[in-house]
Amino acid sequence: MRVTDIFVRGIVRDNPVFVLLLGLCPSLAVTTGLVDAVGMGLAATFVLVCSNLIVSLARGVIPTQVRIPCFIVVIATFVTIVQMVMSAYFPDLKASLGIYLPLIVVNCIILGRAEAFASRNKVYRSVVDGLGMGAGFTLALCAIALVREVLGSWRLFGVPISGGADSYTLTLFVLAPGGFLAMGLLLALFNYLGAERQRRLALAEQGVEESPDEPVTDASGT
Amino acid sequence: METALVYFQIMFLAVFVQNFVLSKFLGLCPFVGVSKRRSSAFGMGMAVIFVMTLASLITMLIYRGIFLHPRLAQYQLDQYLKIVCFIVVIAALVQFVEMAMHKLAPPLYKSLGIYLPLITTNCAILGVTELNVIRFTGESETLGGAVAKSAVNGIFAGVGFTLALVIMAGIRERLDSAPIPEALRGVPIAFVAAACMALAFFGFAGMV
Repeated sequence: MRVTDIFVRGIVRDNPVFVLLLGLCPSLAVTTGLVDAVGMGLAATFVLVCSNLIVSLARGVIPTQVRIPCFIVVIATFVTIVQMVMSAYFPDLKASLGIYLPLIVVNCIILGRAEAFASRNKVYRSVVDGLGMGAGFTLALCAIALVREVLGSWRLFGVPISGGADSYTLTLFVLAPGGFLAMGLLLALFNYLGAERQRRLALAEQGVEESPDEPVTDASGT
Repeated sequence: METALVYFQIMFLAVFVQNFVLSKFLGLCPFVGVSKRRSSAFGMGMAVIFVMTLASLITMLIYRGIFLHPRLAQYQLDQYLKIVCFIVVIAALVQFVEMAMHKLAPPLYKSLGIYLPLITTNCAILGVTELNVIRFTGESETLGGAVAKSAVNGIFAGVGFTLALVIMAGIRERLDSAPIPEALRGVPIAFVAAACMALAFFGFAGMV
């Protein structure tokens, strides 16, 4: 597989949140605003890239029986670094991410990539994989946060949108039930788009007798 | 009387008002992954209650007894060792519980065994230990009080998780035979159902 493919795959075809359904806790908990979503996305990307790097470097050294505890300790170390850097330079962001910042340790995406990719691949492929998955995670968080912030508080990145529609905000979307609702509807939308695309490709194949070059998006959600 | 009320408050808060799954978004991966059948949901819930209680108890003992010990306080261990230490405790605990159960209670191991390895990366467990540290380390708390409150919080956070998981499994069993639009089938409709449940649990807000 080409390196660009590894990167792009993490964003669309294997999007960690919408396709693989991993890392659901932060994608609902810190998506009431775009600022938090970007902060969480970048923090997780940093941890993902660094842990993939270390795990890939140590892939011949770690005995298979104890690999999970080893991976977790590596991940926890980088999360601690992120937490300390954040409390030094971005205390506001750290306060609004709250307990979800230390919980990056148990984000299934990171352990999943360490186990499924980094422990079996060369160092720089693993780093690219971490970047791609991190970008996919960040974009997914931003998509959810965009819906919730605009509908829920009529703001973008914490700045009120002009137009004076303050009285029409749907406060539900910044509360817990709205998080589940937005996630469910977005998943349904992506399923629908994926199915439509497949249908169109199938039609095109019948009509022109020309097989599509790019792989068909699998957005079935399982 | 006063103390009983405090513990009742912790209990009610953990199960209903601040339900881990429905208002704190913790433990969503098993909530979506293991909620297809009621029996497996119940098994997962029991395993989570078990590990959560022990994890709350042990991490609080370590935090109060070692990290905040007057002689060690100057090294500020809680600043940089907390996350690593807690996750290692949880991972070791899960391993130990699995081994002990295998030897001592084979029937229990058979019914819970497959869920145990999944629990290490269940964010509800690390989440409850983090929340305990935030909530129960005030100046006025004694070591015993903090540990007891953490353990109670751990048990009932697990009970709240199980409650949400079992209700969800019941809903999903019935959704199987319902006429649902193509795009919503499976996980999306589960999230919409969870939104309705969260709305129902939202009614408890402000009760404690």
